[in-house]
Amino acid sequence: MATIFVKRPKLAWHESWFLSTFAKGLKITLGHALKTFLEITGKKEKVTMEYPEQKWDKHLPEYYRGAPALVTDEQDRERCVSCQLCEFICPPKAIRITPGEIPSDDPWAKVEKRPKEFDIDMTRCIYCGMCEEVCPEQAIYLRKDYAITGESRAELMHDKAKLYQIGGKRVGLVNKWNELK
Amino acid sequence: MGHLLANIDLTFLIASVVKIVFLTFLVILPMVAYSVYAERRFSAVIQDRVGPNRTGIPLTLFGFKKDIQILGIGGLTQPMADGIKFLLKEDFTPKSVNAFYYWLAPCLTMVPALMTCVVLPFGSELRLSDLNGLLSWVGLPGFSAVPVPSVIADLSVGPLYTFAIASLGVYGIVIAGWASNSKYPFLGGVRASAQMISYELSLGLSIIPVLMVFGELNLAKMSIYQDANGWLLLPLWGEGLSWARWALWIPMGLSFCIFVVAMFAETNRLPFDMAECETELVAGYHTEYSSMKFALFFLGEYAAMIIGSGLAVTLFLGGWSIPFGPLIGLGYSAGDTPLWLGLLHIGVFLVKIVAFILFFILIRWTLPRFRFDQLMKLGWMVMFELALFNVLLTALLMWLIPLK
Repeated sequence: MATIFVKRPKLAWHESWFLSTFAKGLKITLGHALKTFLEITGKKEKVTMEYPEQKWDKHLPEYYRGAPALVTDEQDRERCVSCQLCEFICPPKAIRITPGEIPSDDPWAKVEKRPKEFDIDMTRCIYCGMCEEVCPEQAIYLRKDYAITGESRAELMHDKAKLYQIGGKRVGLVNKWNELK
Repeated sequence: MGHLLANIDLTFLIASVVKIVFLTFLVILPMVAYSVYAERRFSAVIQDRVGPNRTGIPLTLFGFKKDIQILGIGGLTQPMADGIKFLLKEDFTPKSVNAFYYWLAPCLTMVPALMTCVVLPFGSELRLSDLNGLLSWVGLPGFSAVPVPSVIADLSVGPLYTFAIASLGVYGIVIAGWASNSKYPFLGGVRASAQMISYELSLGLSIIPVLMVFGELNLAKMSIYQDANGWLLLPLWGEGLSWARWALWIPMGLSFCIFVVAMFAETNRLPFDMAECETELVAGYHTEYSSMKFALFFLGEYAAMIIGSGLAVTLFLGGWSIPFGPLIGLGYSAGDTPLWLGLLHIGVFLVKIVAFILFFILIRWTLPRFRFDQLMKLGWMVMFELALFNVLLTALLMWLIPLK
């Protein structure tokens, strides 16, 4: 391999004595200061947003990965059949499902299972979207909600009711259990 | 005793107390608080950030559309919030410290910084008798016709007094470093003392040429001279247009540069902040301090900055004088300066100080920190010699082209 000798740049006297370099530095810092000052005072268009007042929500892409949530289908049936695939694939082990049987007198008895409990620990969730990827029923979705906050750990434990509440209804997906197929 | 009391000039005493209260508590301390805010805000815009912009008088709570803003800058009450935070934090004294010196150190930093301000002429003079018309209308006795000079102590040894007191500030840092009984503060204190002692030399030597030009040590008279005859660095009117003054411009510029660099080192500002360089020494000499004691160090540093820039402004940039003042009728004439002009002079002085502090902050984010050996080398092998040479050069120039 060829050796390249990089020559150390020879500084002029005014550079090694910090004269021209000092002026250059002042120019750079003052330039940045003026530019940002004009942006703050509104004389110039801002590059950044001030978060809690201004939000980017309208521009969030379709594939944005926010908080995971459960959805129901057009007949208000829980899509989740508690196969527990998401529980097993979840890298931080945030999902915990207790499967439950659907009683035989239920109109959806042929689905056989639905979750008795479905908890997602939002203090563990890393928003990777693997649960959505792996779900054969398209029952779990990553919504666009990103500001998941709470005052206690218990508040950040999303249970089944909470998950359906933020998930809502999603129509026109797999229809293998209903008449629309 | 009665004889002694009769000798005290009561008017002088009251005027002095009023001036002390005005300058220290209504000018210097708020300026210190707001220079902390300016530091944070200016640093932020230099780094393309926004900075503290949330703390405001919450007018929106009372139904107003917007909080108070000046030029669209929010957060103007940040200093108050900072002060309240400092007061409410736990004042923690570690077990291993030497309690007496630990408590003494913050005071020793703050007090000298505030004491030096007494010799700074912060304005020309205030002819309070201009208010007599208003006062007699209210029914109060008027002021005497003798104008009040806008300087607390009109000492004939101004800069010497400032240097003498300002160098006491190093004790605060050294004692803080030692009393904390912890290695980082100790290193910070040692570095600070070495640095401040080294740069004191070039600081003192750098103003000798200036004193030679003025021929005296009274800061108020220096300002008056510069007002009439052009600033040392802007000799464009009065006697300033002579050959002698222009020949002296070069040593004066050199003197100014040395003075400013030494002042940066004295106040432990960034290219020379060896005493508290965050990357090496946690927070330097005040690592173990919390709450208001930490705030006192902080305020002392900024007060020293303000006084230092006040001194630089007074010596080199005309103090309170307005550029081209005598030419446009805003100059000072003894005993004949109207009250509004006196107040304007105070304003001009404050504006110059603010500009200087912004320059301080700008430098902080422009130059990287020196290594400690580089700092010492610069101080002893460049600044010191340069200052000595400058004295010689000024003497030579003054001998060749005598000032009138």
